[in-house]
Amino acid sequence: MTRSTDAVAKKTNTTMGVDGCPACGRYIAPEALRDSLMVCPLCGYHHPLGTLQRISQLVDDGSWEGIAVDGVLSDPLNFFDSRPYPARLKAAQLSTGLPEAFAAGRCTVEGVPVGLGILDFQFLGGSMGAAVGEGFWRLTEHCIIDHVPLVVVTSSGGARMQEGLFSLLQMAKTVMALEELRETTIPFLVVLADPTTGGVLASFASLADVIIAEPGAQLWFTGPRVREMTTRERTPEGFGSAEEALKCGHVDLVVPRTELRQRLVELLILLQGGESVLGEIIPQRRKTAGWRAGGAGRAAERSAGVARAAWNWLRRRDR
Amino acid sequence: MPALPGIGYEEEIAEVQGKLQALEGLGLPTAAWKTVAIARAQKRPQFLDYIPYLAPDFVELHGDRVGGDDRAIVGGVGSLDGRTVVFVGHQKGHDLKERQLRNFGMARPEGYRKAQRLFLTAERLNLPVVTLVDTPGAFPGLDAERGGQAWAISRTLQVLAGLKVPTVAFIIGEGGSGGALALALCDRVFMLENAIYSVITPEGCAAILWRDAAAAPRAAEALQLTACELLELGLIDGIVPEPRGGAAGRARTMARRILKLAVDTLTELRGLKSSELCVARRRRYLAVGLSSGPDQGWSQFP
Ligand SMILES: [Zn+2]
Repeated sequence: MTRSTDAVAKKTNTTMGVDGCPACGRYIAPEALRDSLMVCPLCGYHHPLGTLQRISQLVDDGSWEGIAVDGVLSDPLNFFDSRPYPARLKAAQLSTGLPEAFAAGRCTVEGVPVGLGILDFQFLGGSMGAAVGEGFWRLTEHCIIDHVPLVVVTSSGGARMQEGLFSLLQMAKTVMALEELRETTIPFLVVLADPTTGGVLASFASLADVIIAEPGAQLWFTGPRVREMTTRERTPEGFGSAEEALKCGHVDLVVPRTELRQRLVELLILLQGGESVLGEIIPQRRKTAGWRAGGAGRAAERSAGVARAAWNWLRRRDR
Repeated sequence: MPALPGIGYEEEIAEVQGKLQALEGLGLPTAAWKTVAIARAQKRPQFLDYIPYLAPDFVELHGDRVGGDDRAIVGGVGSLDGRTVVFVGHQKGHDLKERQLRNFGMARPEGYRKAQRLFLTAERLNLPVVTLVDTPGAFPGLDAERGGQAWAISRTLQVLAGLKVPTVAFIIGEGGSGGALALALCDRVFMLENAIYSVITPEGCAAILWRDAAAAPRAAEALQLTACELLELGLIDGIVPEPRGGAAGRARTMARRILKLAVDTLTELRGLKSSELCVARRRRYLAVGLSSGPDQGWSQFP
């Protein structure tokens, strides 16, 4: 494993370390945790994933091809709280190695071509500003042009309030992007990771054809603090979890991360009319059985490639 | 700036510095904060105060056809200058009793479903939609969450996004976050002069970014939530001027101004085919946040 991969792994995963699992408190060797896709082997707690880890877990080796996003207002209000907003952006870029909270790319999953977007909580709480909205739109546009399914993995605190009304209107923008998609037969799948809340959940994330949630993911429109301020209601333990959302009829499936990739592929094929319809599009269907066994090595390989590309991007940018 | 030379200025300098510090003080009422207070004032006219002047023959329609009738959102049909319009809006309530009945204008999922249903009725009958927006936000209670608040809002946005009839929104008081946008994703968006429209309440923003709710006045300023600022940013289409002293107690005057603007706007929008309308609406919202000038954006990942 290269040094840069280690650095990225450390940066993109804050919970992994000597403190042990935040859910059960027991220590898991970092390698073992990585082999189990950052799911605690003892209690099943799903550790948060950074963009690079998510890509390396879901995407076929070397198939990721990023989609450029530019031409957005980066600080439309000249927002300043205790620090200027551009300084916060810069700090988030340096700590995550990402240009923005949303990464969009074309790729294949088990040979099935998709347009994949990842909204990363580790970048300013995965909040949706103009760049995220535009990223979502460009990704949707690519899916329409290439006629491939749209898959988005979300973790977000909601709107990017430093962009004021511009950020609220990104909800409208993503819904409009989906209006374009709705004129086609292209499926839209979303994976709600912990947490997906606020304006992201109340726009594109809850409008997917099939909504998958990761176990334990917190899903709500308003968080417990604001609720208590407004209604004086105490939020009970476990409220707003993926499991409860399933019971209430808000999501289709709760899928453990270890089965996510396989489940996604099955759905992607079914929602596009089945294997006989897709036969010519999928070059070769790989055996999913071998995936977990060799997962660690391949995941490392994948993340090394992605990490290299990310660092190159950062270096180019800082020059 | 170079320091002032000579003796005798120390006092003045100290005074100016003191004033500057006060200006930087968190709790200092800003112009934006005053507007927030006016926009939220209990005496400010609301949906049901305006409607008799906008459409004297207004008939309220109830229920979401699923399981509830949310009183925080009012809707129905009435004729605006002789032509039938579907009206939907928030009602906060004036006195405590009405405010409780209306849940302070904070709608639950059934409220948004009622709005959807009325929007679709408008489309089916080829009637334009006028919304009057006035809410602190969607209701954050546990029951609303269990009922799928986020799902109800996104679906409402989707219905408005694809509606084949003209839609016009007026932010008449408080345009609070997603709960407001759910009724405001329209072809034209106007604000009353002292209305506000924001992604988050100034209090909420202050609590998160300043870690101090007392910084709300400053947050209000930073968020640029007033009608003038939003018009300048190009996010709304126009402002309905208010009489001196604001709209409070002037429902009739304000209704007349709203009516004129609504009629003019609908006349303009009626000239468009429904396909043109949808394309223009899509373009408008897809362009929010794009820079027209030199590229300020970020690059490809990775
Ligand atoms: Zn554990």
